[in-house]
Amino acid sequence: MAFFFEVLINGLLVGIMYSLVALGFALIYKASDVFNMAQGAMSLLAGLALVGFLEMSFPLWLALLCTVGVMIILAYSTVFFILKPLVARPPLMLFMATFGVMYLVEGIGQSIYGTQAKGLSIGIPEISFEIQGILLNTFDLTFAGLAAVLVAGLVWFFQKTRTGRALRAVSDDHEAALSVGIPLLKAWAVTWVIAGIVATVAGVAWGTRLGVQFSLGYIAFKALPVLIIGGIDSIPGAIIAGLIVGAGENLAEVFIGPYVGGGIQTFFPYLIALLVLYFKPYGLFGKEIIERV
Amino acid sequence: MNEKKEPILRAENISITFGGLKALDRVSLEINPGEIMAIIGPNGAGKTTMLNIINGFYKPDEGRIIFEGKERPKKMKPNLIAAQGIARTFQNLALFTGMSTLGNIMVGRTMLMHSNIFSQALYWRFSQKEEIEHRAAVERIIDFLQIENIRRTPASMLPYGLRKRVELARALAAEPKLLLLDEPMAGMNLEEKEDIARFVLDANEELGYTIALIEHDMGVVMDICDRIVVLDFGEKIAEGTPDEIKADPKVIKAYLGEAGG
Repeated sequence: MAFFFEVLINGLLVGIMYSLVALGFALIYKASDVFNMAQGAMSLLAGLALVGFLEMSFPLWLALLCTVGVMIILAYSTVFFILKPLVARPPLMLFMATFGVMYLVEGIGQSIYGTQAKGLSIGIPEISFEIQGILLNTFDLTFAGLAAVLVAGLVWFFQKTRTGRALRAVSDDHEAALSVGIPLLKAWAVTWVIAGIVATVAGVAWGTRLGVQFSLGYIAFKALPVLIIGGIDSIPGAIIAGLIVGAGENLAEVFIGPYVGGGIQTFFPYLIALLVLYFKPYGLFGKEIIERV
Repeated sequence: MNEKKEPILRAENISITFGGLKALDRVSLEINPGEIMAIIGPNGAGKTTMLNIINGFYKPDEGRIIFEGKERPKKMKPNLIAAQGIARTFQNLALFTGMSTLGNIMVGRTMLMHSNIFSQALYWRFSQKEEIEHRAAVERIIDFLQIENIRRTPASMLPYGLRKRVELARALAAEPKLLLLDEPMAGMNLEEKEDIARFVLDANEELGYTIALIEHDMGVVMDICDRIVVLDFGEKIAEGTPDEIKADPKVIKAYLGEAGG
Protein backbone atom coordinates (compact mmCIF):
# COMPACT_ATOMS: atom_id res chain seq x y z
CA MET A 1 0.00 0.00 0.00
CA ALA A 2 2.86 2.37 0.82
CA PHE A 3 4.20 1.78 -2.67
CA PHE A 4 0.86 2.73 -4.22
CA PHE A 5 0.85 5.99 -2.30
CA GLU A 6 4.44 6.70 -3.24
CA VAL A 7 3.57 6.33 -6.92
CA LEU A 8 0.42 8.40 -6.45
CA ILE A 9 2.12 11.21 -4.54
CA ASN A 10 5.06 11.43 -6.90
CA GLY A 11 2.60 11.50 -9.78
CA LEU A 12 0.68 14.34 -8.14
CA LEU A 13 3.90 16.28 -7.58
CA VAL A 14 4.72 16.05 -11.28
CA GLY A 15 1.09 16.84 -12.00
CA ILE A 16 1.40 20.18 -10.25
CA MET A 17 4.07 21.09 -12.78
CA TYR A 18 1.69 20.18 -15.60
CA SER A 19 -0.97 22.28 -13.93
CA LEU A 20 1.34 25.28 -14.00
CA VAL A 21 1.95 24.99 -17.72
CA ALA A 22 -1.74 24.42 -18.44
CA LEU A 23 -2.64 27.37 -16.21
CA GLY A 24 -0.64 29.71 -18.46
CA PHE A 25 -2.62 28.51 -21.48
CA ALA A 26 -5.97 28.80 -19.72
CA LEU A 27 -5.33 32.33 -18.45
CA ILE A 28 -4.56 33.68 -21.89
CA TYR A 29 -7.29 31.69 -23.60
CA LYS A 30 -9.89 33.00 -21.19
CA ALA A 31 -8.85 36.61 -21.52
CA SER A 32 -8.21 36.90 -25.22
CA ASP A 33 -9.59 33.74 -26.88
CA VAL A 34 -6.11 32.94 -28.11
CA PHE A 35 -4.56 29.53 -27.83
CA ASN A 36 -1.04 30.65 -27.09
CA MET A 37 1.42 28.29 -28.76
CA ALA A 38 4.28 30.32 -27.29
CA GLN A 39 3.47 29.32 -23.71
CA GLY A 40 6.19 26.65 -23.70
CA ALA A 41 8.66 29.02 -25.32
CA MET A 42 7.88 31.55 -22.59
CA SER A 43 8.92 28.99 -19.97
CA LEU A 44 12.07 28.34 -21.95
CA LEU A 45 12.88 32.03 -22.21
CA ALA A 46 12.33 32.45 -18.48
CA GLY A 47 14.71 29.55 -17.78
CA LEU A 48 17.32 30.91 -20.18
CA ALA A 49 17.06 34.42 -18.83
CA LEU A 50 17.39 33.21 -15.25
CA VAL A 51 20.45 31.14 -16.08
CA GLY A 52 21.86 34.12 -17.96
CA PHE A 53 21.36 36.52 -15.07
CA LEU A 54 22.79 34.01 -12.61
CA GLU A 55 25.86 33.58 -14.86
CA MET A 56 26.31 37.34 -14.69
CA SER A 57 26.61 36.59 -10.95
CA PHE A 58 23.45 38.42 -9.99
CA PRO A 59 22.13 37.35 -6.59
CA LEU A 60 19.18 34.97 -6.91
CA TRP A 61 16.48 37.47 -5.93
CA LEU A 62 17.73 40.05 -8.42
CA ALA A 63 18.04 37.43 -11.16
CA LEU A 64 14.44 36.35 -10.53
CA LEU A 65 13.27 39.95 -10.56
CA CYS A 66 15.07 40.62 -13.83
CA THR A 67 13.58 37.44 -15.31
CA VAL A 68 10.11 38.64 -14.42
CA GLY A 69 11.10 41.95 -16.02
CA VAL A 70 11.95 40.09 -19.23
CA MET A 71 8.54 38.37 -19.13
CA ILE A 72 6.80 41.71 -18.66
CA ILE A 73 8.60 43.15 -21.69
CA LEU A 74 7.68 40.04 -23.69
CA ALA A 75 4.04 40.27 -22.61
CA TYR A 76 3.62 43.93 -23.49
CA SER A 77 5.43 43.65 -26.81
CA THR A 78 3.39 40.57 -27.79
CA VAL A 79 0.12 42.30 -26.99
CA PHE A 80 0.89 45.68 -28.52
CA PHE A 81 2.94 44.67 -31.56
CA ILE A 82 1.37 41.35 -32.46
CA LEU A 83 -2.13 41.02 -31.03
CA LYS A 84 -3.24 44.63 -31.30
CA PRO A 85 -3.08 44.80 -35.11
CA LEU A 86 -4.98 41.50 -35.23
CA VAL A 87 -7.87 42.43 -32.94
CA ALA A 88 -11.21 41.18 -34.26
CA ARG A 89 -9.58 38.91 -36.85
CA PRO A 90 -10.47 35.20 -36.95
CA PRO A 91 -9.02 33.22 -34.02
CA LEU A 92 -6.91 31.14 -36.41
CA MET A 93 -4.87 34.21 -37.34
CA LEU A 94 -4.13 34.96 -33.71
CA PHE A 95 -3.24 31.32 -33.19
CA MET A 96 -0.79 31.42 -36.09
CA ALA A 97 0.63 34.67 -34.76
CA THR A 98 1.44 32.96 -31.47
CA PHE A 99 3.27 30.29 -33.49
CA GLY A 100 5.36 33.16 -34.82
CA VAL A 101 5.97 34.40 -31.30
CA MET A 102 7.08 30.89 -30.32
CA TYR A 103 9.74 30.71 -33.06
CA LEU A 104 10.76 34.30 -32.45
CA VAL A 105 11.25 33.73 -28.74
CA GLU A 106 13.14 30.48 -29.34
CA GLY A 107 15.31 32.13 -31.97
CA ILE A 108 16.11 35.14 -29.85
CA GLY A 109 16.85 32.88 -26.88
CA GLN A 110 19.16 30.80 -29.03
CA SER A 111 21.07 33.76 -30.43
CA ILE A 112 21.63 35.28 -27.02
CA TYR A 113 22.30 32.21 -24.92
CA GLY A 114 23.49 29.60 -27.42
CA THR A 115 22.06 26.15 -27.95
CA GLN A 116 23.75 24.17 -25.20
CA ALA A 117 21.75 22.69 -22.35
CA LYS A 118 22.48 24.56 -19.16
CA GLY A 119 22.22 23.45 -15.60
CA LEU A 120 20.05 25.56 -13.36
CA SER A 121 20.21 25.48 -9.62
CA ILE A 122 18.44 27.91 -7.38
CA GLY A 123 19.66 26.39 -4.17
CA ILE A 124 16.71 24.21 -3.23
CA PRO A 125 18.27 21.04 -1.84
CA GLU A 126 17.29 17.72 -3.35
CA ILE A 127 17.25 15.39 -0.40
CA SER A 128 15.25 12.22 -0.47
CA PHE A 129 13.59 11.03 2.67
CA GLU A 130 11.00 8.54 3.75
CA ILE A 131 7.74 9.01 5.64
CA GLN A 132 5.86 5.83 6.51
CA GLY A 133 7.63 3.96 3.77
CA ILE A 134 6.85 6.64 1.14
CA LEU A 135 9.92 8.02 -0.60
CA LEU A 136 9.78 11.77 -1.22
CA ASN A 137 12.28 14.47 -2.01
CA THR A 138 12.55 18.02 -0.75
CA PHE A 139 12.87 19.64 -4.17
CA ASP A 140 9.57 18.25 -5.44
CA LEU A 141 7.82 19.16 -2.23
CA THR A 142 9.21 22.69 -2.20
CA PHE A 143 8.07 23.32 -5.75
CA ALA A 144 4.70 21.78 -5.13
CA GLY A 145 4.35 24.16 -2.20
CA LEU A 146 5.45 27.13 -4.30
CA ALA A 147 3.02 26.20 -7.07
CA ALA A 148 0.20 25.83 -4.56
CA VAL A 149 0.95 29.27 -3.09
CA LEU A 150 1.07 30.77 -6.59
CA VAL A 151 -2.24 29.22 -7.57
CA ALA A 152 -3.93 30.24 -4.31
CA GLY A 153 -2.56 33.75 -4.77
CA LEU A 154 -3.92 33.94 -8.31
CA VAL A 155 -7.34 32.68 -7.28
CA TRP A 156 -7.46 35.29 -4.54
CA PHE A 157 -6.25 38.03 -6.88
CA PHE A 158 -8.90 37.21 -9.48
CA GLN A 159 -11.69 37.08 -6.89
CA LYS A 160 -10.88 39.91 -4.57
CA THR A 161 -9.14 42.73 -6.36
CA ARG A 162 -10.37 45.31 -8.82
CA THR A 163 -7.85 44.34 -11.49
CA GLY A 164 -8.62 40.66 -11.04
CA ARG A 165 -12.34 41.31 -11.47
CA ALA A 166 -11.65 43.51 -14.48
CA LEU A 167 -9.63 40.71 -16.08
CA ARG A 168 -12.44 38.25 -15.48
CA ALA A 169 -14.90 40.75 -16.92
CA VAL A 170 -12.80 41.04 -20.08
CA SER A 171 -12.73 37.29 -20.44
CA ASP A 172 -16.53 37.18 -20.13
CA ASP A 173 -17.63 39.93 -22.50
CA HIS A 174 -15.36 42.35 -24.35
CA GLU A 175 -18.03 44.93 -25.20
CA ALA A 176 -19.51 45.05 -21.75
CA ALA A 177 -16.02 45.37 -20.28
CA LEU A 178 -15.31 48.34 -22.53
CA SER A 179 -18.62 49.90 -21.56
CA VAL A 180 -17.65 49.96 -17.89
CA GLY A 181 -14.31 51.51 -18.77
CA ILE A 182 -11.88 48.59 -18.80
CA PRO A 183 -9.11 49.06 -21.38
CA LEU A 184 -9.03 45.84 -23.37
CA LEU A 185 -5.40 45.82 -24.50
CA LYS A 186 -4.10 46.75 -21.09
CA ALA A 187 -6.15 43.94 -19.56
CA TRP A 188 -4.69 41.53 -22.11
CA ALA A 189 -1.19 42.74 -21.35
CA VAL A 190 -1.70 42.19 -17.63
CA THR A 191 -3.03 38.70 -18.34
CA TRP A 192 0.03 37.94 -20.46
CA VAL A 193 2.26 39.20 -17.67
CA ILE A 194 0.53 36.88 -15.20
CA ALA A 195 0.85 34.00 -17.69
CA GLY A 196 4.52 34.99 -18.03
CA ILE A 197 5.03 34.76 -14.29
CA VAL A 198 3.34 31.36 -14.23
CA ALA A 199 5.58 30.34 -17.15
CA THR A 200 8.60 31.52 -15.18
CA VAL A 201 7.76 29.31 -12.21
CA ALA A 202 7.11 26.38 -14.55
CA GLY A 203 10.32 27.10 -16.48
CA VAL A 204 12.40 27.24 -13.34
CA ALA A 205 10.84 24.05 -11.98
CA TRP A 206 11.29 22.08 -15.19
CA GLY A 207 14.64 23.71 -15.95
CA THR A 208 16.05 22.64 -12.62
CA ARG A 209 14.88 19.08 -13.23
CA LEU A 210 15.77 18.60 -16.86
CA GLY A 211 18.33 21.34 -17.46
CA VAL A 212 17.49 24.47 -19.41
CA GLN A 213 17.45 23.29 -23.00
CA PHE A 214 15.36 23.84 -26.06
CA SER A 215 13.20 20.79 -25.55
CA LEU A 216 11.85 22.71 -22.55
CA GLY A 217 9.63 24.54 -25.02
CA TYR A 218 7.88 21.26 -25.67
CA ILE A 219 6.58 20.77 -22.13
CA ALA A 220 3.72 22.71 -23.68
CA PHE A 221 2.65 19.48 -25.34
CA LYS A 222 2.39 17.85 -21.95
CA ALA A 223 -0.19 20.50 -21.18
CA LEU A 224 -2.41 19.72 -24.17
CA PRO A 225 -4.16 16.67 -22.68
CA VAL A 226 -4.40 18.60 -19.42
CA LEU A 227 -6.25 21.40 -21.19
CA ILE A 228 -8.56 19.00 -22.97
CA ILE A 229 -9.41 17.21 -19.75
CA GLY A 230 -9.87 20.32 -17.64
CA GLY A 231 -11.56 22.44 -20.28
CA ILE A 232 -9.44 24.99 -22.06
CA ASP A 233 -11.07 28.04 -20.49
CA SER A 234 -11.15 26.81 -16.91
CA ILE A 235 -8.54 27.73 -14.34
CA PRO A 236 -9.62 25.19 -11.69
CA GLY A 237 -9.89 22.72 -14.58
CA ALA A 238 -6.25 23.26 -15.53
CA ILE A 239 -5.13 22.65 -11.97
CA ILE A 240 -7.23 19.59 -11.27
CA ALA A 241 -6.60 18.04 -14.68
CA GLY A 242 -2.86 18.57 -14.24
CA LEU A 243 -3.05 16.55 -11.04
CA ILE A 244 -5.18 13.87 -12.73
CA VAL A 245 -2.72 13.56 -15.59
CA GLY A 246 0.35 13.48 -13.33
CA ALA A 247 -1.12 10.88 -11.01
CA GLY A 248 -2.77 8.93 -13.83
CA GLU A 249 0.30 8.55 -15.99
CA ASN A 250 2.49 7.57 -13.07
CA LEU A 251 0.03 4.98 -11.77
CA ALA A 252 -0.55 3.62 -15.28
CA GLU A 253 3.16 3.32 -15.94
CA VAL A 254 3.81 1.45 -12.73
CA PHE A 255 0.72 -0.73 -12.47
CA ILE A 256 -0.47 -1.25 -16.05
CA GLY A 257 2.85 -0.71 -17.84
CA PRO A 258 4.41 -4.09 -17.02
CA TYR A 259 1.52 -5.94 -18.69
CA VAL A 260 1.84 -4.10 -21.99
CA GLY A 261 5.59 -3.74 -22.10
CA GLY A 262 5.91 -0.32 -20.45
CA GLY A 263 6.38 3.14 -21.89
CA ILE A 264 2.70 4.02 -21.70
CA GLN A 265 3.43 7.15 -19.68
CA THR A 266 3.83 9.23 -22.84
CA PHE A 267 0.47 8.46 -24.36
CA PHE A 268 -1.65 7.64 -21.35
CA PRO A 269 -2.64 11.31 -20.77
CA TYR A 270 -3.91 11.50 -24.35
CA LEU A 271 -5.93 8.37 -23.73
CA ILE A 272 -7.64 10.03 -20.75
CA ALA A 273 -8.13 13.14 -22.87
CA LEU A 274 -9.84 11.13 -25.60
CA LEU A 275 -12.16 9.53 -23.07
CA VAL A 276 -13.05 12.91 -21.62
CA LEU A 277 -13.68 14.32 -25.10
CA TYR A 278 -16.04 11.45 -25.75
CA PHE A 279 -18.20 12.14 -22.71
CA LYS A 280 -17.60 15.83 -22.04
CA PRO A 281 -16.46 17.63 -25.18
CA TYR A 282 -15.85 20.89 -23.33
CA GLY A 283 -13.73 19.22 -20.65
CA LEU A 284 -14.60 18.51 -17.05
CA PHE A 285 -14.84 22.17 -16.07
CA GLY A 286 -15.04 23.96 -19.41
CA LYS A 287 -17.79 26.39 -20.30
CA GLU A 288 -20.31 24.64 -22.49
CA ILE A 289 -21.15 26.70 -25.50
CA ILE A 290 -24.79 26.25 -26.29
CA GLU A 291 -26.04 28.04 -29.34
CA ARG A 292 -29.64 28.47 -30.24
CA VAL A 293 -30.49 27.53 -33.75
CA MET B 1 -38.13 73.88 -14.79
CA ASN B 2 -37.52 76.01 -17.83
CA GLU B 3 -34.22 77.55 -16.84
CA LYS B 4 -31.81 77.20 -19.75
CA LYS B 5 -28.97 74.87 -18.84
CA GLU B 6 -26.00 73.88 -20.93
CA PRO B 7 -26.71 70.35 -22.21
CA ILE B 8 -24.48 67.64 -20.74
CA LEU B 9 -24.13 66.06 -24.15
CA ARG B 10 -24.70 67.51 -27.57
CA ALA B 11 -24.56 65.44 -30.75
CA GLU B 12 -24.30 67.61 -33.85
CA ASN B 13 -25.12 66.45 -37.37
CA ILE B 14 -24.21 62.84 -36.76
CA SER B 15 -24.06 60.68 -39.89
CA ILE B 16 -22.92 57.09 -40.16
CA THR B 17 -23.11 54.63 -43.04
CA PHE B 18 -22.89 50.86 -42.87
CA GLY B 19 -22.03 49.38 -46.26
CA GLY B 20 -24.13 51.80 -48.27
CA LEU B 21 -26.94 52.01 -45.75
CA LYS B 22 -27.25 55.40 -44.17
CA ALA B 23 -28.02 54.41 -40.58
CA LEU B 24 -28.02 57.98 -39.32
CA ASP B 25 -28.34 61.08 -41.46
CA ARG B 26 -27.32 64.40 -39.89
CA VAL B 27 -29.03 63.75 -36.60
CA SER B 28 -28.56 66.29 -33.84
CA LEU B 29 -29.75 65.90 -30.31
CA GLU B 30 -29.11 67.26 -26.86
CA ILE B 31 -29.30 65.69 -23.47
CA ASN B 32 -29.87 68.15 -20.65
CA PRO B 33 -28.61 67.56 -17.13
CA GLY B 34 -31.16 66.04 -14.81
CA GLU B 35 -33.66 64.95 -17.43
CA ILE B 36 -34.94 61.63 -18.69
CA MET B 37 -34.79 61.73 -22.44
CA ALA B 38 -36.17 59.04 -24.71
CA ILE B 39 -35.14 58.14 -28.22
CA ILE B 40 -38.01 56.42 -29.93
CA GLY B 41 -38.77 55.27 -33.43
CA PRO B 42 -39.79 52.22 -35.46
CA ASN B 43 -37.41 49.26 -35.85
CA GLY B 44 -34.29 50.10 -37.82
CA ALA B 45 -34.64 53.81 -37.18
CA GLY B 46 -31.08 54.06 -35.85
CA LYS B 47 -31.78 54.35 -32.13
CA THR B 48 -29.22 51.82 -30.92
CA THR B 49 -26.73 53.15 -33.47
CA MET B 50 -27.10 56.57 -31.86
CA LEU B 51 -26.47 55.09 -28.42
CA ASN B 52 -23.44 53.22 -29.73
CA ILE B 53 -22.07 56.49 -31.08
CA ILE B 54 -22.67 58.31 -27.82
CA ASN B 55 -20.79 55.66 -25.84
CA GLY B 56 -18.09 55.35 -28.48
CA PHE B 57 -18.58 51.84 -29.89
CA TYR B 58 -19.16 53.41 -33.31
CA LYS B 59 -17.32 56.38 -34.73
CA PRO B 60 -19.57 58.66 -36.79
CA ASP B 61 -18.53 59.43 -40.37
CA GLU B 62 -19.54 63.01 -39.87
CA GLY B 63 -20.63 65.21 -37.03
CA ARG B 64 -19.30 65.78 -33.57
CA ILE B 65 -20.09 64.97 -29.99
CA ILE B 66 -19.71 67.58 -27.29
CA PHE B 67 -19.69 66.17 -23.78
CA GLU B 68 -19.69 68.61 -20.87
CA GLY B 69 -18.77 71.48 -23.16
CA LYS B 70 -15.74 69.75 -24.67
CA GLU B 71 -15.62 68.28 -28.13
CA ARG B 72 -14.75 64.60 -28.10
CA PRO B 73 -11.70 63.55 -30.12
CA LYS B 74 -12.69 61.58 -33.22
CA LYS B 75 -11.14 58.24 -32.27
CA MET B 76 -11.66 58.22 -28.53
CA LYS B 77 -11.82 54.66 -27.20
CA PRO B 78 -15.06 53.49 -25.56
CA ASN B 79 -13.32 52.64 -22.29
CA LEU B 80 -12.08 56.23 -22.00
CA ILE B 81 -15.56 57.53 -22.74
CA ALA B 82 -16.87 55.29 -19.97
CA ALA B 83 -14.18 56.72 -17.70
CA GLN B 84 -15.52 60.22 -18.50
CA GLY B 85 -18.80 59.17 -16.93
CA ILE B 86 -21.03 57.60 -19.56
CA ALA B 87 -22.45 54.23 -18.53
CA ARG B 88 -24.86 52.07 -20.47
CA THR B 89 -26.90 48.91 -20.59
CA PHE B 90 -27.43 46.74 -23.63
CA GLN B 91 -30.46 45.70 -25.62
CA ASN B 92 -29.27 42.08 -25.64
CA LEU B 93 -27.98 41.76 -22.11
CA ALA B 94 -24.23 41.84 -21.66
CA LEU B 95 -23.67 40.67 -18.12
CA PHE B 96 -20.48 38.96 -17.01
CA THR B 97 -22.09 35.56 -16.76
CA GLY B 98 -19.18 33.97 -14.93
CA MET B 99 -19.65 36.29 -11.96
CA SER B 100 -22.22 36.76 -9.24
CA THR B 101 -24.55 39.73 -9.04
CA LEU B 102 -22.14 41.28 -6.57
CA GLY B 103 -19.16 40.72 -8.87
CA ASN B 104 -20.96 42.28 -11.81
CA ILE B 105 -21.86 45.39 -9.86
CA MET B 106 -18.35 45.68 -8.38
CA VAL B 107 -16.93 45.63 -11.91
CA GLY B 108 -19.21 48.57 -12.63
CA ARG B 109 -17.18 50.56 -10.12
CA THR B 110 -13.85 49.80 -11.79
CA MET B 111 -13.41 53.38 -12.91
CA LEU B 112 -14.02 54.78 -9.45
CA MET B 113 -11.28 52.73 -7.82
CA HIS B 114 -7.75 53.99 -7.97
CA SER B 115 -5.28 51.81 -6.10
CA ASN B 116 -2.62 50.39 -8.39
CA ILE B 117 -2.05 46.77 -9.24
CA PHE B 118 0.86 46.23 -6.82
CA SER B 119 -1.07 47.71 -3.96
CA GLN B 120 -4.01 45.46 -4.85
CA ALA B 121 -1.87 42.36 -5.21
CA LEU B 122 -0.39 42.92 -1.77
CA TYR B 123 -3.73 44.12 -0.39
CA TRP B 124 -2.16 47.12 1.29
CA ARG B 125 -4.26 49.12 3.66
CA PHE B 126 -5.33 51.62 1.06
CA SER B 127 -6.56 48.92 -1.31
CA GLN B 128 -8.29 47.12 1.50
CA LYS B 129 -10.06 50.27 2.64
CA GLU B 130 -11.01 51.12 -0.93
CA GLU B 131 -12.40 47.63 -1.49
CA ILE B 132 -14.55 47.89 1.63
CA GLU B 133 -15.83 51.39 0.79
CA HIS B 134 -16.87 50.35 -2.68
CA ARG B 135 -18.44 47.19 -1.39
CA ALA B 136 -20.60 49.39 0.86
CA ALA B 137 -21.61 51.56 -2.10
CA VAL B 138 -22.54 48.43 -4.03
CA GLU B 139 -24.72 47.33 -1.12
CA ARG B 140 -26.61 50.62 -1.36
CA ILE B 141 -27.27 49.99 -5.05
CA ILE B 142 -28.36 46.43 -4.33
CA ASP B 143 -30.70 47.86 -1.74
CA PHE B 144 -32.00 50.52 -4.12
CA LEU B 145 -32.84 47.97 -6.83
CA GLN B 146 -34.14 45.40 -4.33
CA ILE B 147 -31.91 42.55 -5.43
CA GLU B 148 -30.64 41.61 -1.98
CA ASN B 149 -31.69 37.99 -2.30
CA ILE B 150 -29.68 37.33 -5.47
CA ARG B 151 -26.47 38.93 -4.23
CA ARG B 152 -24.42 35.76 -4.55
CA THR B 153 -26.25 34.13 -7.45
CA PRO B 154 -24.14 33.67 -10.58
CA ALA B 155 -25.47 35.90 -13.34
CA SER B 156 -25.89 32.89 -15.61
CA MET B 157 -28.50 31.45 -13.24
CA LEU B 158 -30.71 34.54 -13.10
CA PRO B 159 -34.00 34.85 -14.95
CA TYR B 160 -34.19 37.42 -17.73
CA GLY B 161 -35.97 40.17 -15.83
CA LEU B 162 -33.47 40.09 -12.98
CA ARG B 163 -30.54 40.07 -15.40
CA LYS B 164 -31.82 43.33 -16.82
CA ARG B 165 -32.01 44.72 -13.32
CA VAL B 166 -28.45 43.61 -12.49
CA GLU B 167 -27.27 45.27 -15.68
CA LEU B 168 -28.95 48.48 -14.57
CA ALA B 169 -27.25 48.08 -11.21
CA ARG B 170 -23.87 47.68 -12.88
CA ALA B 171 -24.40 50.88 -14.87
CA LEU B 172 -25.59 52.78 -11.79
CA ALA B 173 -22.58 51.54 -9.85
CA ALA B 174 -20.33 53.65 -12.05
CA GLU B 175 -22.16 56.76 -10.74
CA PRO B 176 -22.28 58.05 -14.30
CA LYS B 177 -22.89 61.63 -15.38
CA LEU B 178 -24.95 60.21 -18.21
CA LEU B 179 -26.76 56.89 -18.13
CA LEU B 180 -27.75 55.25 -21.40
CA LEU B 181 -30.40 52.53 -21.29
CA ASP B 182 -31.04 50.49 -24.41
CA GLU B 183 -34.54 49.05 -24.10
CA PRO B 184 -34.44 48.47 -20.34
CA MET B 185 -37.92 46.96 -20.41
CA ALA B 186 -37.77 44.86 -23.57
CA GLY B 187 -39.31 41.43 -23.17
CA MET B 188 -40.74 42.09 -19.72
CA ASN B 189 -44.20 41.56 -18.40
CA LEU B 190 -46.31 44.43 -17.12
CA GLU B 191 -45.28 44.04 -13.51
CA GLU B 192 -41.56 43.90 -14.32
CA LYS B 193 -41.94 46.92 -16.57
CA GLU B 194 -43.55 48.90 -13.79
CA ASP B 195 -40.71 47.94 -11.47
CA ILE B 196 -38.04 49.10 -13.90
CA ALA B 197 -39.97 52.29 -14.71
CA ARG B 198 -40.07 53.08 -11.01
CA PHE B 199 -36.33 52.41 -10.62
CA VAL B 200 -35.53 54.63 -13.59
CA LEU B 201 -37.70 57.40 -12.17
CA ASP B 202 -36.15 57.04 -8.72
CA ALA B 203 -32.64 57.04 -10.17
CA ASN B 204 -33.52 60.30 -11.87
CA GLU B 205 -35.47 62.02 -9.10
CA GLU B 206 -33.83 60.72 -5.94
CA LEU B 207 -30.29 60.09 -7.09
CA GLY B 208 -30.21 62.85 -9.70
CA TYR B 209 -29.00 60.84 -12.67
CA THR B 210 -29.31 62.12 -16.21
CA ILE B 211 -30.79 59.37 -18.34
CA ALA B 212 -31.22 58.76 -22.05
CA LEU B 213 -33.19 55.68 -22.94
CA ILE B 214 -34.56 53.77 -25.87
CA GLU B 215 -37.91 52.13 -25.34
CA HIS B 216 -40.70 50.71 -27.44
CA ASP B 217 -43.45 50.80 -24.86
CA MET B 218 -45.05 54.17 -25.59
CA GLY B 219 -47.10 54.14 -22.44
CA VAL B 220 -43.98 53.98 -20.30
CA VAL B 221 -42.11 56.52 -22.41
CA MET B 222 -44.93 59.07 -22.23
CA ASP B 223 -45.23 58.52 -18.48
CA ILE B 224 -41.65 58.85 -17.34
CA CYS B 225 -39.78 60.96 -19.90
CA ASP B 226 -39.29 64.71 -19.89
CA ARG B 227 -38.40 64.94 -23.55
CA ILE B 228 -38.56 62.70 -26.59
CA VAL B 229 -36.56 62.53 -29.81
CA VAL B 230 -38.15 60.56 -32.64
CA LEU B 231 -35.99 58.88 -35.29
CA ASP B 232 -37.24 57.29 -38.50
CA PHE B 233 -35.01 55.75 -41.17
CA GLY B 234 -31.96 57.43 -39.70
CA GLU B 235 -33.43 60.91 -39.60
CA LYS B 236 -34.78 62.94 -36.74
CA ILE B 237 -38.40 63.65 -37.49
CA ALA B 238 -39.55 65.20 -34.24
CA GLU B 239 -38.48 66.38 -30.83
CA GLY B 240 -40.44 67.64 -27.87
CA THR B 241 -42.37 66.90 -24.71
CA PRO B 242 -44.53 63.77 -24.60
CA ASP B 243 -47.66 65.81 -25.31
CA GLU B 244 -46.12 67.49 -28.33
CA ILE B 245 -44.92 64.17 -29.67
CA LYS B 246 -48.32 62.54 -29.21
CA ALA B 247 -49.90 65.23 -31.35
CA ASP B 248 -47.19 65.39 -34.02
CA PRO B 249 -48.59 64.24 -37.38
CA LYS B 250 -45.15 63.14 -38.63
CA VAL B 251 -44.75 60.82 -35.67
CA ILE B 252 -48.19 59.37 -36.11
CA LYS B 253 -47.42 58.80 -39.76
CA ALA B 254 -44.10 57.08 -38.98
CA TYR B 255 -45.76 54.73 -36.52
CA LEU B 256 -49.05 54.04 -38.20
CA GLY B 257 -48.29 54.62 -41.85
CA GLU B 258 -50.25 56.97 -44.02
CA ALA B 259 -53.93 56.28 -44.40
CA GLY B 260 -55.17 56.33 -47.94
CA GLY B 261 -51.72 57.12 -49.46
